[in-house]
Amino acid sequence: MRTAAKTPWVALVGNPNSGKTAIFNVLTGLNQKVSNYPGVTVEKKIGKARFTDGDQFDLLDLPGTYSLTPESMDERIVTEQVLNWIHGDNSPSVIVSVVDATNLSRNFYLTTQLADIGIPVVVALNMMDLVIDKLEINLEKFAKDLGVAAIVPMSATEKWGQNKLLSAIQTSIGVKNHENPFPIFLNDDISSALDPLQDIIKREFGYGDRFSTAQALRLITRHSTLEIYNELTTNGISVDNSFLESLEYKRQNAVDILEDLGIKHRIMEATLRYEWLDSVLRTTKINIDPQIAETNYSEKLDGLLTHKFAGPAIFVLLLYFIFQSIFTWAIIPMDWIDGGVSWIGSQILNIMPAGMLRDLLVEGVIAGVGAILIFLPQILILMFFMTLLEDTGYMARVAFMMDRFMTIIGLHGRSVLPLMSGYACAIPGIMSTRTIDSWKERLITILILPLMSCSARLPVYALMIGAFIPTANVFGFINLQGLTLVMMYFLGTATAFLLAKVFSIFIKVEGKSSFVMELPPYRTPLWRSVFSQVLNRGKLFVVNAGKIIMAISIVLWFLASFPKVDNPNGNENSIHNSYAGKIGRTIEPVIEPLGFDWKLGIGLITSFAAREVLVSTMATIYNVESDGDDVIQLKDAMKSDRNPKTGEPLYTPLVALSLIVFFVFAAQCMATFAIVRNETNTWKWPLFMIVYMNVLAYSASFLVYQGGLLLGFG
Amino acid sequence: MTLYDLIDGEIATVKSFTGNMELQSRLVEMGILPGIRIRRIKTAPMNGPIELKVRDYHLSLRQVDARNILIDQ
Ligand SMILES: Nc1nc2c(ncn2[C@@H]2O[C@H](COP(=O)(O)OP(=O)(O)OP(=O)(O)O)[C@@H](O)[C@H]2O)c(=O)[nH]1
Ligand SMILES: [Mg+2]
Repeated sequence: MRTAAKTPWVALVGNPNSGKTAIFNVLTGLNQKVSNYPGVTVEKKIGKARFTDGDQFDLLDLPGTYSLTPESMDERIVTEQVLNWIHGDNSPSVIVSVVDATNLSRNFYLTTQLADIGIPVVVALNMMDLVIDKLEINLEKFAKDLGVAAIVPMSATEKWGQNKLLSAIQTSIGVKNHENPFPIFLNDDISSALDPLQDIIKREFGYGDRFSTAQALRLITRHSTLEIYNELTTNGISVDNSFLESLEYKRQNAVDILEDLGIKHRIMEATLRYEWLDSVLRTTKINIDPQIAETNYSEKLDGLLTHKFAGPAIFVLLLYFIFQSIFTWAIIPMDWIDGGVSWIGSQILNIMPAGMLRDLLVEGVIAGVGAILIFLPQILILMFFMTLLEDTGYMARVAFMMDRFMTIIGLHGRSVLPLMSGYACAIPGIMSTRTIDSWKERLITILILPLMSCSARLPVYALMIGAFIPTANVFGFINLQGLTLVMMYFLGTATAFLLAKVFSIFIKVEGKSSFVMELPPYRTPLWRSVFSQVLNRGKLFVVNAGKIIMAISIVLWFLASFPKVDNPNGNENSIHNSYAGKIGRTIEPVIEPLGFDWKLGIGLITSFAAREVLVSTMATIYNVESDGDDVIQLKDAMKSDRNPKTGEPLYTPLVALSLIVFFVFAAQCMATFAIVRNETNTWKWPLFMIVYMNVLAYSASFLVYQGGLLLGFG
Repeated sequence: MTLYDLIDGEIATVKSFTGNMELQSRLVEMGILPGIRIRRIKTAPMNGPIELKVRDYHLSLRQVDARNILIDQ
């Protein structure tokens, strides 16, 4: 992890939603995702930062956690890190304990655990912009009482205090606090129960006095503390098995002794720590007597937003509004892009001499990439709304409202955010399932997540709907195209829920499940961060269009243009007989029952690289075919295409629907399955997903097309 | 009496946790200790989880788990 031997490095540790990533961004100048939802960061991220004198250091951002004993995968990452610092040779020079100043007593709990480690701790007292007048305390004395190097008030969003934080970090590098005794008073009963445990871990691991006391306490309180040592074995640091057995034995002894004395071992560490911490806070004149009768603005808003009946209704309406607006709001900017692409095409036609290179550029690259870029506004709109929902704090409420429904169908309240981010892209969605503490529910969430229609499907939906669904209004105010789009999102989501239930019956994994979730206060979104997230997704989309799609369009242009056959009867047969045409016609029999011809067949093949490639593929094919002097409009080309045998329109609304339905279900994005393999540690689950999704896609599409024909549509 | 029995809007003091409740370690780490006062704010739609105010923050918890938290009113 350390890049150069002498660069110091610093780790950010703190409760979920305390502003660690916001501070990380301020110090490194990077743009990691900041959001008002506990559990946004799910993996470690490293960045470079500078002290005020210009010296460089590495900064590590981590997931949030409430304590050093983990409940979920994202918390486990922090615990494993900390143990690696203690057992390995690469520990940070300083730990920055990020504390939400509006919520002191709970946040400081973790700080006191960190102070036991022996690495200097600097407290970043974040969110001070929200409390500025209420805290008039002697920070130096407070720091001393807590056993930390310094406490620095700051605000990551208003960007002040970070220089003081940097100085405090720099001055505490190398300051030893190993010698400090464990600050919490332990009575004789507890001490004598801890002693044997403390002795053996001290001897075996070489822990200092303070940390061995803390760790012995934690071992008694939480069995999972012991389990972490098991896993350390696989992390290159091996812990002797027989030692673990004797540790387990000694632990049980201590537990038995304490239980006989009537001491509740499961809550012992926290009780002792909070008693001490609360008394320190009291002597510092920090009001810890909670004003729990007070209702703040968030609670008043929630009176409506999480209301028994109004709450869910508002959520459904919001979703409907978002998906519908993807269609209605994007029309104008889409026309601009469309105009721009045609203009560039015609410019090239004017400037360049006719020939193969010009054809390649206009029919291959411009047509292919342009056909995709048109959908950029829709993706930006979707991302914008999704980011807003999260950054205001509303998503945490949705998790709260949906938990019951989610448990009924075999999922978890915390599945909501991953599923919703699946509307943008499955990959970050799958990563964010790490916050679900039960493995079974996490696995099922991962399995169904790619059924949420991601933004790569949007170009396909939008193309087919735009071309084949009339622009009529239903009941005078519901746009039919928008409604069709909403229905496709609904189809994917409803099927996902149904399958979740089915999987939860068949997948047998034991494990507890709980929903312990903080509801953060509503915040006005951080516009800087909202726009950077929206732009990031836009950039990803454009870069993708630039790379994958351009490459595929070029290859495709060659496949579609060669071999050139001399055919006096016109061009159509020439593409028909090209390499691409041959490939398409080879698979045509398989997809004919779904209503797809060989052109769509080629599109289906290329769309395995990325779903939206279907659109650029069709654009390239039609442009090669037309051979005209213009970049032709894909929509119009598809509408006017005729079946060479019957002379009937080749693509009907029924074919369009069948194709969309195929895309709702099909497993096409290989990057998703690579991530699933990573998160589940086996190929079993990604393979299972590929099979079930494609079987589902083929059958559903078959039903739609054949059913539609039987009913006389098409 | 347990937290499950507390009416929405009422305040109570946490007394203890029942038996081997798995979750108690996490709850005490979050500051929900015997002796702390909590207010039950509401119950989620569909008779879902409950929302509490404790210390300076809002927390939600499933009703099954609320049954394991003994309180005094
Ligand atoms: N008012 C105010 N809000 C802040 C400050 N710092 C962060 N926030 C907000 O707090 C929320 C959480 O910030 P993050 O940086 O994502 O928190 P985190 O600790 O990284 O959270 P996780 O990754 O979920 O553990 C966001 O909505 C931020 O805009 C601050 O100094 N003042
Ligand atoms: Mg974060």
